[in-house]
This record gives sequence, C-alpha cells and structure tokens, in this order.
Amino acid sequence: MLSWMLPWEASPTIIALCAACLILYARGLNTAELPASTRSGWRRVSFWLGIGLIYVALQTRFDYLAQHMFWIHRLQHLVLHHIGPMLICLAAPWAVIAAGLPRGWRAPANKLVHSRAVRGAYFCLQQPVVAFVLFTGLIAFWLWPSIHFRAMLSLREYECMNWSMAADGLLFWWLMLDPRSKQEGARMGFGPRIFVVLLAMGPQLAIGAYLSLHRGTLYDVYAVCGRLWPIAPVTDQEIGGLITWIPASMMSVVVGLILWQRWMRNDDRIHRSLVRSELPAGATVGADPVARPVS
Amino acid sequence: MSLPGLQRIRERIAILAVAMIGASALVGCAPTQSSFHAKDITGVLPRLEFQLTSGSGRNLTAADLRGKTTLLYFGYTQCPDACPMTLTYISAALKQLGAEADRVRVLFVSVDPQRDTPEVLKRYVTSFGPQVIGLTGSDAQLTTVTRRYRVAYRRDPPNSDGDYAVYHSSAVFVFDGQGRARLLATPSSANDGLAEDLRALIGPSHS
Repeated sequence: MLSWMLPWEASPTIIALCAACLILYARGLNTAELPASTRSGWRRVSFWLGIGLIYVALQTRFDYLAQHMFWIHRLQHLVLHHIGPMLICLAAPWAVIAAGLPRGWRAPANKLVHSRAVRGAYFCLQQPVVAFVLFTGLIAFWLWPSIHFRAMLSLREYECMNWSMAADGLLFWWLMLDPRSKQEGARMGFGPRIFVVLLAMGPQLAIGAYLSLHRGTLYDVYAVCGRLWPIAPVTDQEIGGLITWIPASMMSVVVGLILWQRWMRNDDRIHRSLVRSELPAGATVGADPVARPVS
Repeated sequence: MSLPGLQRIRERIAILAVAMIGASALVGCAPTQSSFHAKDITGVLPRLEFQLTSGSGRNLTAADLRGKTTLLYFGYTQCPDACPMTLTYISAALKQLGAEADRVRVLFVSVDPQRDTPEVLKRYVTSFGPQVIGLTGSDAQLTTVTRRYRVAYRRDPPNSDGDYAVYHSSAVFVFDGQGRARLLATPSSANDGLAEDLRALIGPSHS
C-alpha cells in the first residue's frame, strides 16, 4: 500500500512546489488581514483538492500506470490540464498564498510578479486567442503520434509534457475563472469567457472522437513498452478518446454555467449600485432592489 | 504616432513573438528523417546502464560491454510466442552479419527470476547464438532497469498449478559501442533490415 503512495519517478521540484503551495496557503489562512470570503470553507477544500489531485497524478504509482496505459495517461492529463487547475482557480488562492509569504519575501516577490518581463509574458499568454490556441493546441500537440512516442520514452520530454499541461491549465482556467469582472480588473468579460470556454469544447470533442472512433492503433509506444494488463490496443485508445471527449467537454459546460451565474450576479450588483446612486441622499434601497430606476 | 497606437503595435509584436516561439518549438520537436530501418531514438533514452546477474552467475555491467553494439530485450524463458520469435529474428540478423556478429551482444533480461534461474537462462539463450547473454536480478534491480528504459513488466498471481502469466515489453533497444541508446526495433521491424542497421552501427571493421 505504501509503495503505491511513493513516487514512481520522484521529482524534487514538484514535491517542493506542492509543499510550498500548501504551507504558504496554510500560513495565509492564519493571517487576519484578508476578507473572510477569500478563506471560505469551500474555497479551502477546492484548493487542497486541486493541489492534492495534481500531486497524486504526478508523484505516486499512478504515474507508472499513466506511462503504460493510454487511457490512464488521458486520465492523468484530465487531472493536470482540467480538474486540478480548475479547482485551484475556483479557490482564487493567490491573495492567501501571498499573505502566507514570510514578510521579508513579500517585496521581492511583488517586484518579480510586477516586473516587465513577467507581466509582458503573462499579458501575451493571456491574450484570449493565444490562450485558446495554447489550451486546445497543447492537447493536439502532445497527442501527435510521433511526438507522443518520444514523450513517452524520453523522461525529459515526458516531464516537459506534464509541466506544460499543468501550467497551461492554470493559465487558461484562471483566465476563465477570475472572480472579478472586467471592470474590476479581469482580463475578459463574462460573456466572452463563456464563448471561449464553450468554443474550447470543439477541438477537444474532435480529438476525442477521432481517438475513440479511429480503427487502427495510433500509439504503438504502449505495445512496445508493455501494457499493464491485457487490453486490446484499440479498446485502450477508445477509452482514452472518450476521456478526452466527454469529461473534458463537461468541464467546459460546468465552467460555462458558473460564469453565467457570476455574470448575472455581477449585473445584479451593478444594477443595485446604480439604483442606490440615483436615490436621494439618505434613502435606503427598498424591498425591491432590482426595481428599474425611472428613466 | 499616438501613444496608444504604439502600445498596440508593441502588443502585436509580442504576440507574434510568442507565436513564433511556439511554432519553432513545434518544428524542433518534429522527428528527423533517419536512414535506419528501426526507429531512431538517439538522445531520447539514457545510456546503457544496469546491475544484473548473467546466466553464468556473475554480475555484469555496461562497462563489460564497452565497444560492443548491444541489444537489450526484456522477456522470460517460458514465454510462448513473443520472446522466441524476437530472439529468432535477432539470431537470424546475427547470422547475416557473419564474423562481425562478434562485435554485437544481445542482452535477454528475464523479468521472471523465480523460474529463470541462471542455469535455466543459460541453457535457453545458447540456442539463439553465442552472442546472446541471459540476465536477471532481484525485483528491485529489474524495477530499476525497466524504469530507466520506461518499460513495464508484471507477473500475474500463480494459479493452482503454480503457473502464471508474465507481461512484458516488446521493444528491442539497440545501443552503440559507446553505450548510447540509438535504435528501437520491434518484432515487426526486427526481421527487416536489423542486420543492416547493426552493420551501420558497428561501423567499418578494424581488422
């Protein structure tokens, strides 16, 4: 049992990074300087779960299974590119993590985050078209048969693949799930975000459908390096395709719904503040806060 | 030019730069044409390195194989199909090489050490040629070497007769005289051009 919890190929970087995130977040939760909403129970659970899932996907025996079964590899990427980063972004943990930094580190960290290079790179990567192409393009890139073959053989390329998926997942889902509206500083408005997240279903659906409906074997590397238990290569590919297709598309729908709800709530809030500003001084908003001001 | 206009151009240039870096990364990863029949894996897998026990009961390491073109294959002696087939292909290629076959070694690593004792292994591999060396080790040693070359193996729990199935890879990894991983042959490609590939790796004969 213990051997299943130990890393198959231990990566000090991943272990240190996950531990640092958890420690800083836990420290941040104990500081009093943040509004209570950033520390709500569901946000904490979402954050722990997101980091936990990514850790399990990369640094337990699960990684061994993912190296030798195509459909488990697809499951690993579903966690790295979708579920894990999405849960982390839903928690919007950045303020808590920043608050968890030791005092001496805050100024340099702040300087780094706001440096021209970091901001410039971030700006380009979060350009909606670039983000969309990266998000869907990376899936296609690593599934390109000859590239996939090398990635499953070369440890360096394998790590590069998994890192790129997790990093891009964080970028994309933060672009989508930033709790602020565009007026409050988010990169995109809620409407365009819903459009992008639903559009992202298209290529994923196409790739997934191609994998699960393709008759021949696209990835012989699993046969060459040995599957973990007897399963027809085409069946392995079929299940892998379904994982790329259905849960990934469902994720888009769920995020679309979350965004829709946030959009409505945000409109509501703006509306209320408009009503308030048009009322005579001293008056309070009545029983019907959404009542339209007489124009 | 107005400042916002300049800003906009700068943004466009930055985006273009990102796109170009992405595109060049794509091109860089594209596989290059190779003159070998088998798959060229130069630089993809690590150098030849292992700690295993040979059929004659002594420890063998990569240092003992310096200067030899080395083939590495994982299997087990009771394997009904894949192993004898692959080893037959390999031994046919060695016959084609004639005298040059002496500069080649074939490592047959058994992932079933319980049944494949050194004596069993030795008897099994000699039928495929004097260049074939049977190797095995503890599960820890086997895990280390299979992890290094990113292959899987697994043994089913034994049935009432004590029989069990063993799952293993089908890859034949080929290392050059300096121990660098160069080629990956599969049973389907092993019978076709393997001798030619090996001759190319061995290089001109020194004799």
